Formats: sequence, C-alpha cells, structure tokens
Amino acid sequence: MSKFKDTKKIIVKKPLKLDCGKTINNFPLAYETYGKLNGDRSNAILIFHALTGDQFASGINPITKKDGWWNYALGPGKAIDTDKYFVIAANVIGGCMGSFGPSDINPETKKPYGTNFPVITINDMVNAQYNLLEYFKIEKLFSVIGGSMGGMQVLQFVSNFPNKALTAIPIACTASHSAQNIALNELGRQSIMADRNWRDGFYEEQNKQPDKGLAVARMAAHITYLSKGGLQEKFGRKLQERDDLKFSFDADFQIESYLRYQGSVFVDRFDANSYLYITRAMDYFDLTKKFGGNLSKAFEKSNTKFFIISFTSDWLYPTSENRDIVIALNAIGKNVGFVEISSDKGHDSFLLDVPDFLNTVRYFLNTSYKQIK
Amino acid sequence: MKKEFYNIAKLVTQNSKVLDVGCGNGELMKYITENISTDIRGIELSKSNVQKCVEKGLTVIEGNAEKDLKQFPDSSFDFVILSQTLQAFLDPENVLNELLRIGKKAIVSIPNFGHWKVRLHLLLKGTMPVTENLPNEWYNTPNLHMCTIKDFENYCKNRNIKINLKNLKYHNFFSELGIFVLEK
Repeated sequence: MSKFKDTKKIIVKKPLKLDCGKTINNFPLAYETYGKLNGDRSNAILIFHALTGDQFASGINPITKKDGWWNYALGPGKAIDTDKYFVIAANVIGGCMGSFGPSDINPETKKPYGTNFPVITINDMVNAQYNLLEYFKIEKLFSVIGGSMGGMQVLQFVSNFPNKALTAIPIACTASHSAQNIALNELGRQSIMADRNWRDGFYEEQNKQPDKGLAVARMAAHITYLSKGGLQEKFGRKLQERDDLKFSFDADFQIESYLRYQGSVFVDRFDANSYLYITRAMDYFDLTKKFGGNLSKAFEKSNTKFFIISFTSDWLYPTSENRDIVIALNAIGKNVGFVEISSDKGHDSFLLDVPDFLNTVRYFLNTSYKQIK
Repeated sequence: MKKEFYNIAKLVTQNSKVLDVGCGNGELMKYITENISTDIRGIELSKSNVQKCVEKGLTVIEGNAEKDLKQFPDSSFDFVILSQTLQAFLDPENVLNELLRIGKKAIVSIPNFGHWKVRLHLLLKGTMPVTENLPNEWYNTPNLHMCTIKDFENYCKNRNIKINLKNLKYHNFFSELGIFVLEK
C-alpha cells in the first residue's frame, strides 16, 4: 500500500508456524530504527509497542504526522538514549502499519484477508520479530523494553530466547491476561462487530469501515488507560463550551467531548480488524500455560537481568500482577529489580512525562551498560 | 558513610551474592558494589528511598521485608544484611527466621538498649532514652521491639542460632550497636 512507502520492512522468508496451527511465510514485518549500531554490535535495544502503537516510536510518525508514541522516553539524550543505543522498534504481525495483517491482500482471493487472517498470539508476534536480530546480525541484544502489550512481548521474548537479551524492562504488564482485561477487550470487539459496516470483517470490499464501532471500542479502552483521580482532576464535571446543561445527548461534559475526539482520531489511523486480532492476542496471553501454571519455569533458562516497573494508579495492569513476575523471578534466584512509580496518570503513565519512571529506565540502562563496557 | 556500614561491609566475602533488607537510600549497597561484590540487591519499602537507590544504579526491589522475603528460595544468598531495623518490624522473630532461611549467613545489627548511656538516661532522668542511635521520642519511634545485646545473645542461644562472629570487643554495657553474623 502506498501509505507505507516510507516504512522499513523485512520480508520473513522462513516459514513461521503460528500457535493456531497455520504456517505463514514470505510475510512483511515493519520496523524503524533510531541511533547507530556500534562496532561490536553490543548496544542494540529492541522495543515492543502496545496494542495501538507502531514502529514509529520517536520523532514524527510519517503516516499520522503526529509525535511518536514514546517521544518522552526515546530519543537523543532521553531515558533510552539514541545517542548511545541502537534502538529497533518492531511492529507486530496482525497490525496495520506495514506488517502482515488482516488488511493485506490474500493472494488466493485477491481480496483483503479480513477475518480469514489467522488468529495470532503474542508468541507468534515475538517469533516473527526475532528475525530482526538475524537481519541486523545481532548476537545479543543489550535490552528488550516494552509497556503494556509491549511488556508481554518482553516476557515472551526472554522466555523464548533466554540468552538473547542482557537486560529486560517489562513495564505495566502481566504474565497472564486477567478476566477483567479479557472482558474489556471483548467489549471493544463486540462494539466493532455490532457496527453494520463491519460485515463479518470483509468491510474493505465495501469501502465502508466500521468507524463507529471502532471509535466506541477506543473510547471504552481509553477510559481504562486513565485513572479515576486523573480524570476527576482533569475534567471533573466541567462543561464543554457551554454555560449550562443542554438537556440533550450532546457532549455536555468535557470528558464526553474528549472521549468522542479520541474515538474519532483513532479510526483515521487504525484498522478495525487489526484491533480484533491484536486484542485477541492479548487475551490469549498466558505465559504460565506452557509451564503448568508455574511462571518461574518460563524464565528458568534465562540469565537476563530484569527491571520491572508498575504504576500506583494503573488498574488495568496493577502492581500486584507486575509483582507476580518479580516473585516468579526471585523464586528461582534471578536478577530482578522492581519499582512501583507514583503517578495519577493510570496505565498510560508509561507513555507520558513521568520523571521518576523515565529516570528509573535511564539509570537502569546506564548502569547495566557500564557493566558490559 | 556511617562507620557501622564499613564494619558490616568488612564481614561480606568478596564476590558473594548479597541481599540488603531495608536497604534505605542504598549507601551500604553502593559501597559493597564498588568494593566487594556487584552481585547485590536490596529490598526497600520507602518510595523515595527506592528512587535514591535507582539513581545510584542499584538493583532494588520495592517491597516490604515483613511480607516479601518468603518469595526467595532457601539459601539463595551468601549474605543477607539487616541493618538496625529488626526492632522496627511487627514480627521480628519471623523476619529473623526468614533471613536465616534465605541467607547462608545473616548480618544483623541492632541498636543496644543496654548501653550505659541508655541505662543512665532512664535511671537519672526517668524518661525514655534518646541517644544518637535512638534519636526518636517514645511517641514517634519506629522501634517496636527494643532489646539489648545480651537479650539478643540469649535469644540466639535459645533458638540454636549460631553467632559466628561479633564485634563485641566491647560488651553489653559499652557498645551502642551490636553487629552479629548469624547462621542457623
């Protein structure tokens, strides 16, 4: 597609057997890089994005023309310092930013895959991204970093490739998607599917997108990324450009207007089917499943040094779930640090200007990097 | 750095695996990292102290020693350090048992309530002693379970805890602080 003409991608030739049983090959995986790879290839960091993120983590996203999603954390002189590290930001398969996804054309039908696209998992995503290491000839990554679904990919990556990352920073995530989070994702999916334009996922043929459904899914999800306190402080009961209630269903309140706006801008940059597929991958994520419920076993072969970070007001991936990962690592004597950062910005804290969080990442990386130099 | 920390650090073997329980702002951990062993981490309850450890580039686990030591397997550290906080726990006996379970050796320091200044203070003034090592008043002290060096020695004897080495060139009457290396 032409809108992805500036997108870097590798074509993965090797067959990849997906968890659903299907095998894919010759598929595109989009990525972006920041900084320079050093001579001994020891300064590479692989970062993973969250549900609606993409490979354009820093600078200006060439497709949306907006700031990259991790501008606060990633860039020259920032916590993940691209003057020092070579950062590869990997896109996920199932997405809609240039990697193999449901809006790609199915060579058999010459039409978009739609819901004929195979269901993918976090494991599949990470196995696909692993090809980037081979592409850049990186024997060992200095670090793997990601928040939310990106954090799940960090955990999966270390579990799948125990000796490929020196350090790992999973942020605001979980090792096993909770019932509440599956429920919230299902709410979003049902909202998309209830849009008459969705047409069982084959909407691209009609040239009409299920924008309303996708916008509502985003609005609902957006609430879960914030905190009650943060919302109250920012919006309270403030009215939207009016002196009094209108006794109608207009957006009387600023919070309503804000959510509607968030929904409307989201549909311009995100594909509804990708939203279904990626939320499904999150719901299927349970790193303990393969190990009889014992999370420690997922990390037994790894010597990766972990630093886990959670946020006080994050109720979507609460501290308790992040701490479970810490406990699992400590139980097998692995090297792990853990900090719960005070913030009223909810789950989104990891994307925002939260100095204690950014400092924590910066100091951990600096110290770990000094130890290898 | 506090003299106590030098004395504790001296007891730690080179390149051993160390856990500093209640590591505060990380001062002792930093000294051990730079001079004795880099395989060290700490547990700390206070968020501001955790940030200070992070700034020093130390591996710190934010948590509560009273609840969180149980996650570590038996004998997973060569040394577990507990500096001057035993008396502040709700259940010091449990903490001590956990230290001896997860550490091959535990280094424990306690402020000595049997020091002559403390005794004299109570005898002459009739008020709760306030000294350099016990700077708080009765109403705001974090110390719930004060003991003397003699009390602690008796306790270890009763529980078959081996006191491997101690700094008691002095004794219960003259030392403001007791530093013990314990083994089960």
